[in-house]
Amino acid sequence: MKEPLLRVRDLKTYFVTERGRGTARAVDGVSFDLYPGETLGIVGESGCGKTVTSLSILRLIPEPPGHIRPGSFIEFEGRNLLTLSPPELRAVRGNRIAMIFQEPMTSLNPVFTVGDQIAEAAIVHQRLSRRAARARALEMLRLVGIPDPEARLDDYPHQLSGGICQRVMIAMALVCHPQVLIADEPTTALDVTIQAQILELLERLQAELGMAIMLITHDLGIVAGSADRVVVMYAGQVVETAPTPELFTRAQHPYTEGLMASVPRLDRPPAARLHSIPGNVPAATDWPSGCRFHPRCPYAWDKCRAEEPPLLETGGAGHTARCWLVAEPQRRMRRS
Amino acid sequence: MTPRHWAVLLALLAAAAIGALGLRAGTAGSDAARRFFRHPTAAFAVGVLLFFVLIAVCAPLVAPYDPSAQLEIVQLQNRPPSWMHPLGTDLYSRDLLSRLVFGARVSLAVGTLAMLVAVSLGAVVGLLAGYFHRWMDGVLMRLVDVGLAVPRIFLLLIAVSLWSQLPLAILVLTIGLTGWFATSRLVRAEVLSRRELAYVDAARALGAPPARVILRHVLPNAVAPLIVSAALGIGSVMLLEASLSFLGIGVAPPTPSWGNMIADGKEQIATAPWTTLSPGLAIVLVVMALNAVGDALRDALDPRREAT
Amino acid sequence: MSAPLVDVRNLVKHYPGERAWLGLGRPRRVVRAVDGVSFAITPGQTLGLVGESGCGKSTVGRTILRLQEPTAGQVVIDGREVFTLGARELRALRRRMQIVFQDPYSSLNPRMTVRQTLREPLAIHRLAAGAGADAKVAALLEEVGLDSRLARSYPHELSGGQRQRVGIARALSVEPAFLVCDEPVSALDVSVQAQVLNLLMDLQQQRRLTYLFIAHDLAVVKHIAEQVAVMYLGKIVELAPAAELYLAPRHPYTRSLLSAVPVPDPAAQKQRIVLTGDVPSPASPPPGCPFHPRCPHPKKNQRCRTEVPALRAVVPGQLAACHFAEEPM
Repeated sequence: MKEPLLRVRDLKTYFVTERGRGTARAVDGVSFDLYPGETLGIVGESGCGKTVTSLSILRLIPEPPGHIRPGSFIEFEGRNLLTLSPPELRAVRGNRIAMIFQEPMTSLNPVFTVGDQIAEAAIVHQRLSRRAARARALEMLRLVGIPDPEARLDDYPHQLSGGICQRVMIAMALVCHPQVLIADEPTTALDVTIQAQILELLERLQAELGMAIMLITHDLGIVAGSADRVVVMYAGQVVETAPTPELFTRAQHPYTEGLMASVPRLDRPPAARLHSIPGNVPAATDWPSGCRFHPRCPYAWDKCRAEEPPLLETGGAGHTARCWLVAEPQRRMRRS
Repeated sequence: MTPRHWAVLLALLAAAAIGALGLRAGTAGSDAARRFFRHPTAAFAVGVLLFFVLIAVCAPLVAPYDPSAQLEIVQLQNRPPSWMHPLGTDLYSRDLLSRLVFGARVSLAVGTLAMLVAVSLGAVVGLLAGYFHRWMDGVLMRLVDVGLAVPRIFLLLIAVSLWSQLPLAILVLTIGLTGWFATSRLVRAEVLSRRELAYVDAARALGAPPARVILRHVLPNAVAPLIVSAALGIGSVMLLEASLSFLGIGVAPPTPSWGNMIADGKEQIATAPWTTLSPGLAIVLVVMALNAVGDALRDALDPRREAT
Repeated sequence: MSAPLVDVRNLVKHYPGERAWLGLGRPRRVVRAVDGVSFAITPGQTLGLVGESGCGKSTVGRTILRLQEPTAGQVVIDGREVFTLGARELRALRRRMQIVFQDPYSSLNPRMTVRQTLREPLAIHRLAAGAGADAKVAALLEEVGLDSRLARSYPHELSGGQRQRVGIARALSVEPAFLVCDEPVSALDVSVQAQVLNLLMDLQQQRRLTYLFIAHDLAVVKHIAEQVAVMYLGKIVELAPAAELYLAPRHPYTRSLLSAVPVPDPAAQKQRIVLTGDVPSPASPPPGCPFHPRCPHPKKNQRCRTEVPALRAVVPGQLAACHFAEEPM
């Protein structure tokens, strides 16, 4: 097995709610590894902590109200990112680890040209001259498949469509050839035909440049098509992690199961009713006791209410699930 | 100034303080009040405003003398503060405290009433322009552009010069009628951003007539900035009244207003600074308090300011 | 087959662009948001209207209900011609046609409690008052699967799924026959989306509702609709029974759209048709077939660039607007 590139251990990011009336434990003890050259899918519904996890890696959490708890650990290239000084951190951000966001239109600065914005990273991190940086920007636009790149270089973001803006964001992120690209819902704001273009582009760029991608999404379809491994998050925790094919054939956690069954499918005849998970996602200020999924779980028994399960090995290679059913599989039978 | 006057003054001060603190304690259960009093200056500002309003209301009880009476023409000319005349006397030997107290009536009334005129007119124009859009918007907003392009003081000078002895009501109306342009723009912008919201469409789809849509769904959600701008506007109207009175075309003497008190004192600002200091301080205090209340209201009226 | 409840003929909605002369002059150029759309919906059935953002699908829904005034066309709902009605008649017809919105955060008035929101339509149409109205509110809440204690809540105290249920209850309060569902689940999380879809399907069964279901998600539409219309740049490019459309799409755009939807099954990763380029602006649509600049059809030729293909029956019941609909890719 290769050495992981990025190692996240027991990450806890909490937010103090207004007037100190409570603490939202948005990310509450998350651990996972990212290996070189792989695409790791992080899935979950809104409020599960997937975005806060990705922002914590680059320490982009607004402090206050947020803070990363001591004891959290994010190792990258032999250093703990959480203890770096601000200048050291800046040398990592955008250079070794880059990030793209959901809203390409608002992530670009409206008053600078696309060329200037791409060139900036190259000037800051690689100390290129203005002319060299501009040449670099042009090369990047070509790399991300923007038609007529010479003309686009001097365009402002409002002159471009959402799909082109996301390509520009990717060009900006990749200008320093980062080792890790964090993509936070990169296609959620885009139409399905444009989404297909962007996903294909990411796939091609990964093959050409060899970076690892952390793909954060709520869409199981995107994960199935693009990720090598998947981390499923619920209520601030990792509840299941497995290689993609394994997860989709042998999901162990009832939440993962429920999520998969809830998705309307294009590849199957429509059923009379969709499966749905009862209830709502709990509030981050007030996670349920024991297993955090137990109030919505069809299998839950006393133990689930009282005791929080750890991530248990399921037997499949690299497949773990935070569920007592892994230890007592006969209970699943009894229920069905 | 008798002990009775002192007692009334102190009683009003205490009443204002108790009123402000009591308001804070009494409304502690409501989210809006909590957001309001979260501002450190909010309670103090409410107290200041309460104090001046109480003084204005109870003016005959607080004022030791007739505000226009020239008490002793020679002996009491430009006297500094003393026990008998806590704020001193002016050039015409009038008691400054009495004038300040009765001036509060005029200044606060002009400020509030003129602002009411301006805000209601601005709200109606803004609502019409924003909700019905199309040609009505074009016409009304061009009118507003013209209104904003002409300096207000110039309009006021023209209007005021039509009267030799300006009635107070006309002053209020003139200030109000020249002051609604910015408010109408504010309301129009609010309405424009809200008329597209789905709940407004939902009401229309349910068959609600336009008046109901505007009054129940558009206006209540656009009212927060309106109230805030009104609170801030009272202060600016008071300053405007002061400037007009200072120029000698506002409230006609000998009726006291804070503005013409400053105007009366401007000649002896070097020799008798107390004649201008107390009305000036009163204006500054009230305007600052109104600004603080405006800021606090902005938070109080916006439920999104509070994390759930 | 019974007569359609909703019959839309040649609906056109053009938006004027920016006006010259300080907002008072003639508009400069026109955005053709909806450009000649026709369809009909049988009582108790669902027509899915799908397309990407800016294709005009939401405008169709809003114009049918006369939340926006049409530029041209005819709509008959429940035997009444919607566009010729006066204010009073229109208000009466609004009891028959209602809408559910996409964004559960903006579709409820933040200053009104659930009870006030649900009582308003009862008051407008004088359907119930006092205790009768409260009983009606409780019944509506129960019907959409909400605890009646939530009647006292404000929208910001509810979750997205709960708000969407309140929005559905509000639409049902006047007992409509026809419901426009404008992306009713696209702002919701997957697990909640399934709850709301099931609710909409149950309500359709119980109340014999007719739906126009507007969505960008083809998988969701497949689940709920009997008929599907695909829109592109203000026009319907394909209209067919769901079974046929998903099995054998005739228009290359439908085909590309279907192939672009990610399928949550790593074993079944099909050949994606990745369209090049972006959707053109509806203010300056391309000449000829609006889809031709992006069309992947191998037979694309000069005719596509000059001649607008008509929406025509390719096989009985399946309409497509493509010169090569008989030879799908």
